[in-house]
Amino acid sequence: MRSFWRTLDGSAVRAVLVMSASVLVIGASYGVAAHSAGLVWWQIVAIATVVLAGSSEFVFVGIIAAGGAPLLAALAGLLVNTRNFGYGLSVGRHLGGGLPLAIGAHFINDETAVVAASESDSRRARAVFFLCGAGILISWPLGSVLGAAIGDVVASPESLGLDAAFPALLAALALPALRDRRTLAAAVVGGAIAVSATPFLPAGLPILVSLVGLVVVEVVRRRRAPSADPIPNDGATDLVSRGAR
Amino acid sequence: MSGTGLLAGVAVLAVGTYLIRLAGPALRSRFEVSRQTAALLDRAAIVLLVAVAATGALFVGHDFIGWACPAGVVVGVIAALRRAPLVVVVILAAGVAAGLRAVGVA
Repeated sequence: MRSFWRTLDGSAVRAVLVMSASVLVIGASYGVAAHSAGLVWWQIVAIATVVLAGSSEFVFVGIIAAGGAPLLAALAGLLVNTRNFGYGLSVGRHLGGGLPLAIGAHFINDETAVVAASESDSRRARAVFFLCGAGILISWPLGSVLGAAIGDVVASPESLGLDAAFPALLAALALPALRDRRTLAAAVVGGAIAVSATPFLPAGLPILVSLVGLVVVEVVRRRRAPSADPIPNDGATDLVSRGAR
Repeated sequence: MSGTGLLAGVAVLAVGTYLIRLAGPALRSRFEVSRQTAALLDRAAIVLLVAVAATGALFVGHDFIGWACPAGVVVGVIAALRRAPLVVVVILAAGVAAGLRAVGVA
């Protein structure tokens, strides 16, 4: 176990600590929102712990606050969480099986996906994934209960600018991976698609639609590949082009 | 708020979310993934993340969030590009957004 954690260096641990602190603060703003939606503190903490997915919880309590049915709110929240399937495909190889998989699956989210994806060594990726997941399991519910407690005091948490902290954190964490030009191109196209779709599509769907950016970049790259690639194309396309002539 | 309605809603959200999360690793362990596919999946995760960050910086629900938040995020990202520590990135982003709101920029 000790050798498992020893693979982590100081900067990785610091990154997880900063992330947990930011998540705690964002959790507090969720607690404020849930409090004003009429939920009591233990409900707020219970939801934060068993769901452990921030943006879907904001959507869930937002719909309930607007008078929507809880089941409808749950379905909207699930739509927001569908992106975790994509993260799971990416980080799945670090989780193993059995109990680590059962616990690790609950830890799959934006933050753990990005810290795992930014590590090239699988053992380090696994260690930082679990450390980050544990940090969020503590900081998100803790932040939510703090928010529930200060719900009566802080009228407008947005005056603290905390809504800018979370996107900035995610962007900063994604930056190293964006040095790869294919990833950068896919992220720029996908991000633009998600942003332009957000006013029109239900919450959560624009994030999924961003994957169209990845597909577009791959298709364009493969069309260019035959001229740019010194290695001849694979047999299937040769057969198709020969058959057509 | 109380009642079985809320409990049912939370249960559906929690169990459904867990199954979505479990589906990725479970599916992944069923087939051998090539290096190219692994790289593609990592790239997909980064694309999703950037989409989360971009939409979170610009929108609350379906509406434009105002200029203060994206301005704070841009300052944070510039700091990150100049290799500032994460804690500085986060504090700068929140501080710029809060400061702009304090002077009346929504």
